[in-house]
Amino acid sequence: MLGKTAGGLFWMFRYLERSENTARLLEAGFRMSLTRSAVGEDEWRSIVSAAGVRSQFEERHNSYATRNVIDFLLRDPANPSSVKSSIEAARINARMVRIALTREVWEATNESWMTLTKLLADPIRERDLPAVLGTIRQQSALVRGALHGTMLRNDIYDFARIGTFLERGDSTARILDVKYYVLLPSISFVGSSLDNVQWETILRSVSAHRSYRWLNGGEITPKGIANFLILDRRMPRSLAFCAAKLADNLGYLEGDYQTRLPCHDLAEHLRDRLRNNTIDMIMEDGLHEFVQGYIRDNLAIGNEIERNYRFTG
Amino acid sequence: MQQNASFFDEMFQPGEDEPREPYRNYKAWINQENPAHLKRKASEAETFFRRTGITFNVYGEDEATERLIPFDIVPRIISAREWSRLSRGIEQRVRAINAFLHDIYHRQEILRAGRVPARLIAENEAFLPQMIGVSPPGGVYTHVVGVDLVRTGADEFYVLEDNARTPSGVSYMLENRETMLQMFPELFSANKVVPVGSYPQNLRRSLAASTPGKHDGKPVIAVLTPGIHNSAYFEHSFLADQMGTELVEGHDLKLVDGRIAMRTVRGYKPIDVLYRRVDDDFLDPLNFNPDSVLGVPGIMDVYRAGNITLANAPGTGIADDKAIYSYMPDIVEFYTGEKALLQNVPTWRCSEADSLAYVQEHLSELVVKEVHGSGGYGMLVGPAASKKELSSFAKKLAKDPANYIAQPTLALSTVPILTQKGLAPRHVDLRPFVLVSPENIKITPGGLTRVALKQGSLVVNSSQGGGTKDTWVLEE
Repeated sequence: MLGKTAGGLFWMFRYLERSENTARLLEAGFRMSLTRSAVGEDEWRSIVSAAGVRSQFEERHNSYATRNVIDFLLRDPANPSSVKSSIEAARINARMVRIALTREVWEATNESWMTLTKLLADPIRERDLPAVLGTIRQQSALVRGALHGTMLRNDIYDFARIGTFLERGDSTARILDVKYYVLLPSISFVGSSLDNVQWETILRSVSAHRSYRWLNGGEITPKGIANFLILDRRMPRSLAFCAAKLADNLGYLEGDYQTRLPCHDLAEHLRDRLRNNTIDMIMEDGLHEFVQGYIRDNLAIGNEIERNYRFTG
Repeated sequence: MQQNASFFDEMFQPGEDEPREPYRNYKAWINQENPAHLKRKASEAETFFRRTGITFNVYGEDEATERLIPFDIVPRIISAREWSRLSRGIEQRVRAINAFLHDIYHRQEILRAGRVPARLIAENEAFLPQMIGVSPPGGVYTHVVGVDLVRTGADEFYVLEDNARTPSGVSYMLENRETMLQMFPELFSANKVVPVGSYPQNLRRSLAASTPGKHDGKPVIAVLTPGIHNSAYFEHSFLADQMGTELVEGHDLKLVDGRIAMRTVRGYKPIDVLYRRVDDDFLDPLNFNPDSVLGVPGIMDVYRAGNITLANAPGTGIADDKAIYSYMPDIVEFYTGEKALLQNVPTWRCSEADSLAYVQEHLSELVVKEVHGSGGYGMLVGPAASKKELSSFAKKLAKDPANYIAQPTLALSTVPILTQKGLAPRHVDLRPFVLVSPENIKITPGGLTRVALKQGSLVVNSSQGGGTKDTWVLEE
């Protein structure tokens, strides 16, 4: 496989994952704005920060008004992580690696791009937002379904998955990074309605409010949520899950190519660090520091993969 | 259907109910089809093309603009007899082109014999001095050729131009057939249409057979594209996909140990045959255009050393140059010892004083083309031009006569298309695709039919609003 093709697959799936994550963040923020009488600009600011585009937002807008955030996260070309920019970039990469994709995956990606480009051509009104978010979710499900249903489980698939889990781990870690303070034990006055909304937002932004309840009954505690998002290996967006999948998929490449590279050491190290940790230890050492360390290491693995597999010259 | 008696229609004969022979089955079928149903099918076809992403980019427009080449659902049908005559002529012409190229870059016998003026070669930008004395692996210069044909009567075909550099359009030929098979399977049981689907495998075999000397039977082939913004990118990726080869860009390639190698996830892997869809000028910044970022520095040196096959060979443009075109009947005769089976369109070379005078006097009747132009850009269709266009073109012509040739306005044949009001005749041409390997010449039955969708228009180029049709060659 060409290095460029590996890179194209990696980025195609990072961008697909990103468009979904951005939409999910927006959905969580929007829901909070509906369920709370006054949504402080602080809440929207933290949503935009979790999307990793705070400085770009503040260059464009003076206030965190709901319509500004909706427009910026969904369709602003100046926001490299907006749904529109992400699907555009995903499709450019897909065109580049088209010969590595099944017809189904290519057509699903192309159709997503056509559908979302049309959908996001004009500003979205608040009342249309739920339907728009629904369509975005549906489109990414189509691409994912085509990927799982039609692609050979070979190196092409591995690079696609590596991009997915690198992006996803980064996204969950950013949400934790922005919201870590609500999870700190010092503020653990359970039962306060303010915190319930905060926690619920965190869970919703990773689409895990229901699965958390399934696993933990009604017992919502900050520590429980932190454990769920960081260490639970059943939860497909947790840091431990993403790190394990990343190491697994890199491991398949190692086996396929019969070559062990520095990125394998880094990925296994990160996986093991999550595997051998407890939430109490993490809280004790500092939740914030832990999450920041994860973001840094995850990024470093990405860079190492790019070098080791010769994505660019 | 309204008829215009001054043009030959390939389906209908003037004053008769019965269509021409090859269209008999088709006509019977379309007569019993519901027109509304057909229109729905036509719009289905468009959705299919758009979803598949069979698009092309238009130069000079926003980079993000991707257009569809309109597809018409009425096939263009050629009888077995017509095709066998045509294909003999095409094969003869393509053989002559390869012999001419070999000669021009070696002993130049044809110039010594005075059959083609020496200055026409020496002063021609399409002639590459870097190719003098170079013999391509297997002796093949043009691995892929597109010969553009037009028809003016039942037995009258003309070669409009040869495409010996990097002819495109074959992916449309294949996708058009695929679309027709999906939409109208019943037509293919009622008509014996020669399949075209093996083109990619034939291309692969043909390229593999042209590999440089020593190989283990499985040469590494790659397709070189200028990238996703190129107007023919879809075709490049389509062919690489169908052949099962890598699709590379200049920045994926590098000179490694005297060979051209591609950067893979496991290091650099040498390439034996490069099907390049990048023009000569951009192929090698060290040997040609120094500003090119599309090519590979040093690839010409590797090529001259015989360590890679380039398809087509550099410098083949000298054979499809429009100034050389008018000599093609002589060229065919010189190398094959036979009269050319396919006719040339009479051509005035504006570099010659007498011809220039004639052209200037008859500008409103003629088609005038730039010698190096392509894609229908920069040409004048006299009868369709306004006074203003004629006078501004006359000025350009006077300034640089050698840059132009002129031809009579041909009465291009028509084939019906499906319009809102039913069938209506539109002008067509035909580009058959020819594969040349050291062992044989293979012509894909049919080719790409391009059709001018505007009523009365004679310009079929996709960049100028043309569309395409599926092209059938019927079995005996």
